[in-house]
Amino acid sequence: MKVLVPVKRVVDYNVKVRVKSDGTGVDIANVKMSMNPFDEIAVEEAVRLKEKGAVTEIVAVSCGVAQCQETLRTAMAIGADRAILVETDAELQPLAVAKLLKALVEKEQPGLVILGKQAIDDDCNQTGQMLAALAGLPQATFASKVEVADGAATVTREVDGGLETLKITLPAVVTTDLRLNEPRYVTLPNIMKAKKKPLETLKPADLGVDVAPRIKTLKVSEPPKRGAGVKVPDVAALVAKLKNEAKVI
Amino acid sequence: MAALVIAEHDNASIKGATLNTVSAALACGGDVHVLVAGTNAGAAAAAAAQIAGVAKVLHADAAHLDHGLAENVAAQVLALASGYSHILFPATAAGKNVAPRVAALLDVAQVSDATKVIAPDTFERPIYAGNAIATVQSTDAVKVITVRTTGFDPAAATGGSAAVEVVAAVADAGKSAFLGSEIAKSDRPELTAAKIIVSGGRALGSSDQFNAVLTPLADKLGAALGASRAAVDAGYAPNDWQVGQTGKIVAPQLYIAAGISGAIQHLAGMKDSKVIVAINKDPEAPIFSVADYGLEADLFTAVPELVSSL
Repeated sequence: MKVLVPVKRVVDYNVKVRVKSDGTGVDIANVKMSMNPFDEIAVEEAVRLKEKGAVTEIVAVSCGVAQCQETLRTAMAIGADRAILVETDAELQPLAVAKLLKALVEKEQPGLVILGKQAIDDDCNQTGQMLAALAGLPQATFASKVEVADGAATVTREVDGGLETLKITLPAVVTTDLRLNEPRYVTLPNIMKAKKKPLETLKPADLGVDVAPRIKTLKVSEPPKRGAGVKVPDVAALVAKLKNEAKVI
Repeated sequence: MAALVIAEHDNASIKGATLNTVSAALACGGDVHVLVAGTNAGAAAAAAAQIAGVAKVLHADAAHLDHGLAENVAAQVLALASGYSHILFPATAAGKNVAPRVAALLDVAQVSDATKVIAPDTFERPIYAGNAIATVQSTDAVKVITVRTTGFDPAAATGGSAAVEVVAAVADAGKSAFLGSEIAKSDRPELTAAKIIVSGGRALGSSDQFNAVLTPLADKLGAALGASRAAVDAGYAPNDWQVGQTGKIVAPQLYIAAGISGAIQHLAGMKDSKVIVAINKDPEAPIFSVADYGLEADLFTAVPELVSSL
């Protein structure tokens, strides 16, 4: 079975982004970029399924600027076999990405698509579900455990209040939550090996997809600042403040 | 122009997040209808009809609409979608699961985690873990929106008297099945609806200590328990207690963070709380930069002392 793993290049999770002074966006010039952490978990899960013998080939996909090649090389260093870049400088919104991925699903016919539940830049949490809907596939989002057998996946999901387990027929789309696995460290030999793995580049037009944005960003602003309060010397002072000043207990 | 709110419910009653979503729908202007899709969900539909401001309740009932299976619920929403300018879901695990399917099949974009309605087509939403607020305008005819509940006051649960209209249930997509769930039963308030939250971090050291130290404080305050990602990853607390960018977003009256350093991903989930108390022995912990009251102390002595002085 083939697995498709879409990965997104995002601002590294350790970077605290700054809003541009003209309010047009956040300043991402000269900031460290990395693979979206949830997508890294997705690549790791695909590799583990391959190591268990449930998967034969892992294809990593990224949509975006030329530098997404680096993200795809990272995916191949973790263990993806080959990669596809859908290259464009245009702003890509989740619906457009889902349409690109749907076209690739039709082309590659994977048994499973695994991707992160959300990207940590736009925090949208949409692409996996949109892809599943467009491709007419069942979905299991926010996965913390995935088992594949007999043409179906049994997936434990993190939901409000606890966990739930679904059985979905393959092909299907799974989105990853934090507890699914802990991605391995990539080793230097694997980074070297990844450089030799095949990376195909396509354009959105090659897939017949119109990627024009549907949502206009009118402005981006700083959130209201929350000032630091006061330090209290001891528990008694804290209780007094909560009772008399904040009046919350 | 009318808005359709997809209710979150357990067939017997309406979950609180639905009420905040109704408020967001009312802010979009026009009539607000609520869809209750479930199994033997008559009681939930009746409860939805009581919500102040709701003009009509649509009730779809079928065995395969139980457990909020995304494929079936999305199909149900699509079957009813024509005539609505806005389709709103609470930004909960259930709502986030279904809404993008509806948007994609309508070929419209989705506005995720709306925190404010500026105009019927313009919304505010946080990006980059809440480190920036984007004002976005949808150019599509139908707006599919997930609503961040902390951005909107809940509509009154009673006072309304909407008619309940039974609508035909869609067929089972047959591609997914619910096998079971492990939902913790607790007498505590729900994390996202609690007035007070006691939250613990990695400093608690173990699941036993997490419970032994924080439970008495939560009991005393009638509070919900929360946790940082580090504490959840370490197995000290269950996953659904995680507060942060990718966990629960909370805004209680009082948030007590014990042994939480305050990574930006955690702050993203709780910085809209009215009053924040931080108890941490590291004077440099970033949590102090957002805390109204900071207590630099060992939580293992400070928390029990706090319990006994309340």
